[in-house]
Amino acid sequence: MTSTITAGSAVSAGPAPSPSFPARRRGSSLGRKRIEIALFAGPALLVYVAFVLVPVVLAAVYSFYKWNGYGPIQDFIGLENYRRALSDPVFLSAIGHNLFVVVLSLVVQGPIAIGIALLLNRKLRGRTFFRVIIFIPYVLSEVIAGLSWKLLLQPDGPFDSFLRSIGLGSLKHLWLADSNIVLWTVFAILTWKYVGFAIILFLAGLQSVPAELEEAGRIDGASWWQIQRYITLPLLGPTIRIWAFLSIIGSLQLFDMVWVVTGGGPAGATTTMASYMVQYGFQRNQLGFGSAVAVILFIISLVFALLYQRFVLRRDLQGSLTRGVG
Amino acid sequence: MNKHSMRRLVAVGAAAALAVGALAGCSSGSTAGSGKVTLTWWNNATADPLKGLWQDVAKEFEKTHPDVTVKVTGYQNEDLQKTLIPNALRSNTPPDLFQAWGGGELKDQVAAGYLKDISSQIKPQLTAIGSAASGWQIGGKTYGLPFQYGIEGFWYNKDLFSKAGITAAPTTLTELNDDVTKLKGAGITPIAVGAGDKWPAAHWWYNFALKDCSPAVLKSAQAKHVFTDKCFVQAGTDLQKFIATSPFQDGFLATPAQQGAGSSAGLVANGKAAMELMGQWDPGVMSSLTDDKKVPSFLGWFNFPGIPGSAGDPTAALGGGDGFACSVKAPPECVQLLQYIVSVDVQKRFGASGAGLPVTKGSESSITDPNLAAVLKGKADASYVQLWLDTTYGPTVGGAMNDGIVNLFAGKGTPQDIVKGMTDAAATE
Repeated sequence: MTSTITAGSAVSAGPAPSPSFPARRRGSSLGRKRIEIALFAGPALLVYVAFVLVPVVLAAVYSFYKWNGYGPIQDFIGLENYRRALSDPVFLSAIGHNLFVVVLSLVVQGPIAIGIALLLNRKLRGRTFFRVIIFIPYVLSEVIAGLSWKLLLQPDGPFDSFLRSIGLGSLKHLWLADSNIVLWTVFAILTWKYVGFAIILFLAGLQSVPAELEEAGRIDGASWWQIQRYITLPLLGPTIRIWAFLSIIGSLQLFDMVWVVTGGGPAGATTTMASYMVQYGFQRNQLGFGSAVAVILFIISLVFALLYQRFVLRRDLQGSLTRGVG
Repeated sequence: MNKHSMRRLVAVGAAAALAVGALAGCSSGSTAGSGKVTLTWWNNATADPLKGLWQDVAKEFEKTHPDVTVKVTGYQNEDLQKTLIPNALRSNTPPDLFQAWGGGELKDQVAAGYLKDISSQIKPQLTAIGSAASGWQIGGKTYGLPFQYGIEGFWYNKDLFSKAGITAAPTTLTELNDDVTKLKGAGITPIAVGAGDKWPAAHWWYNFALKDCSPAVLKSAQAKHVFTDKCFVQAGTDLQKFIATSPFQDGFLATPAQQGAGSSAGLVANGKAAMELMGQWDPGVMSSLTDDKKVPSFLGWFNFPGIPGSAGDPTAALGGGDGFACSVKAPPECVQLLQYIVSVDVQKRFGASGAGLPVTKGSESSITDPNLAAVLKGKADASYVQLWLDTTYGPTVGGAMNDGIVNLFAGKGTPQDIVKGMTDAAATE
C-alpha cells in the first residue's frame, strides 16, 4: 500500500500537464491518478493474482485432502499429508540434500566467483573472451546441459576417457551411479552452470566501486591484495548479499538439473524437495500429498526469504522494499 | 482500513475473478451443429510407421462416415500418459478417443466417471481379442480395447552366447545363473539393465514375483492391493541373490534404458553386453542406437525362466499393451472408430508395419518380422499373460514398488522393504 501511494504522489508532483486549465485540473486529478494506478498496476496485479496467489491458495486447500486428481475433492484428512511428508525419511533426506547444496553453493561457488570476477576486472589480455566463455554454461538450456552431462558421465563414457587420456585414469568413478558420489557430481554440474551468473553479477557490482578509492589506496601505499581486501570486497557487499539470496532460494527449489541428470536417484541419493514433490504428486497421482509437499517447500523458502531480508539485506534495501516494515 | 482501500480491494477481487473465469472458459465441444461430428483422437504415435497408419485409418473412417471429421494427434508416450490425458480429464475437456494403458490407472479414471462403458457395443470384438482385453475391463464392464499386446523376455546376442559356450537358451533360473557364470568367464558382461530409469530394474522383480507367486495370489493382490503372501518377499529374496552374483554392467544404477550407446539397449545392440530383459519394442530401440541404424542380426529371444520348486507358473509371461478408450462425453461414433481400429483389416496392417503385436484373432499371420514372430510364439506358448505390475497396481502402489526395487538394486533396502512400501502406499489410496 505504501508503494502505490508514493508512486501516486510522485506522479502528481511532476510537471503540471497544462497550466491553462487550473480549475478542471484539481477536479480530475484524483480520478486520473486512479486510472493511472489501474493502468500501470492492473495487468501485473491480475497476472500475479491469477498465476501466483490463486494457485498458492488452491495448493494449500488441496493439501488437506486425499485426492488423486480425478473427480471431486471431498476426502478431507486434515494434516495427515503433512504428517506423512515430515515422517518420510525420503523427504527428510531430500531436505538434507537441499541444505547440502545451499551450504556448498555459498562456501564453494561464492569464493570461486569472487576470485574470478576480481581477476577479470583487471586489465587482462582477452578479458572479453574469458567473460563470454565463463557465461556460456549459464545461457545453455538446463535440459540440454543436463542431458549432455548425463551422457558424458556414463561409466567408461567420454568423461572417463578424457581422464584416462590426461593420465588421471585412477580418478575414474561411477559418477552418477555411486550414491556416495552422485550428490557431489550434481553439485559440480550446478557450479559449472551457475558460477558464470555469479561472476557476471560480481563484475557488475565491481563497476560501481569508485576508482578514486582504489587510487587513494594505491597512493597511500596499499598493495593489490590490501585494496581488494579492505576497499573492493566491502563495497561489493550488497552484490554478494543479493547473490547469496538468489543462490539459496535457487538451491532450495532445485529441480530441473537433478531431474534431468539423475531423476533424484540412484535410490533417492539426489532427491530434492521439488523432485520429491513431482515424483509423489504427479507420477504417483497423489495431488493432495504433492500439494502438502509444495506448501512445505513454499513455507521454508518464504520464512527464509523474510528472515534474510529482515536481517541481512536490511541496510541494502533501506528506502526501497523494507521501508515501513523495518 | 478505510472506505477507499476497501473499494479498491473489491475491484481487485472482481478483476481477479474475471481473469480466472476467462482462463477456465477455454473449452471446446466435440459436437458441432447440423449433424456434423468432430472426433479428437490422441495417441502415442509420433513416428512412422504407426503415425502414418493412424492417419490412414482416420481418413478411411471419414470416408465411410461422411459426417465425421477425425482430428488425430500423436504425442510423446510419457507426456501423454502422465500429463496430457490426466490434465484433459481433470479440466473436463477430454479428447474423444485416447490412449489407454489399462490396469490401475484405468480403474481410477473409471471410478471418477471419465470413461464410456462400451460393453454392449463391442461384444464381437471382445471375443476376437480374447483375454488380452482383460486389462481394460473393470468389474465385468469394458471401458477400452487394446490394439496391441506384447510380452517381455530376454533379448540376447546369439554370437556372444556361443562364444561363451552356451548352446541353448536357459529355461530355469539355475540355467540362467550358469549362463551368467559362463559369460563372465568369457569376459563378457552378461546382462545390461537400465536401472537409472527405474522401471527396467523393477521389471526384474515383477518377473521374479510372476515366477514365485501362484496365479491366484497375483489375481487377488491385483484386486485388493494386499501383498501379505510370502511369495512377494520371496521374489525380493530371489532377486537379491541374483544381484549378488553381479550379472549387470558397471554403474547400472545410473544407466538409462534407451538413450545413447551407453544405455542398456545400446550396450546389447553394440555387443557390449550379452542380453537384457525388455519388452517386444526392444529391437526397434536397438536399431536407432547402432551405427548402421539396423536391427542387429544376432538377436534372439527367450522368456524369463521358471523357478524350480516355486508356486509360480514357469510358462507365465509378463506383458502389456496399448489400447484406446472413449471419453464419457464422446459421441457414439467414437466406439465405431474403435471398432474399426481393432478390425482384422486394420490389425493386419498394424502387424505388417512391424510396429507391434496385433491382438485380434486372424491378424497374427501379418507378422513377418522375425523378432516379433519370436515374441508372438512366446506369447502363444505362455499359459497366461500378466499385465505389468506397476500398470496393474496403478501409479501410487506401482511407484512405491518401483522405488523399493531400485533401492534393493542399490543395496539400500531389503525384500521386506519393497512389500512394506507397497502396503504403506496402498493405505494412502
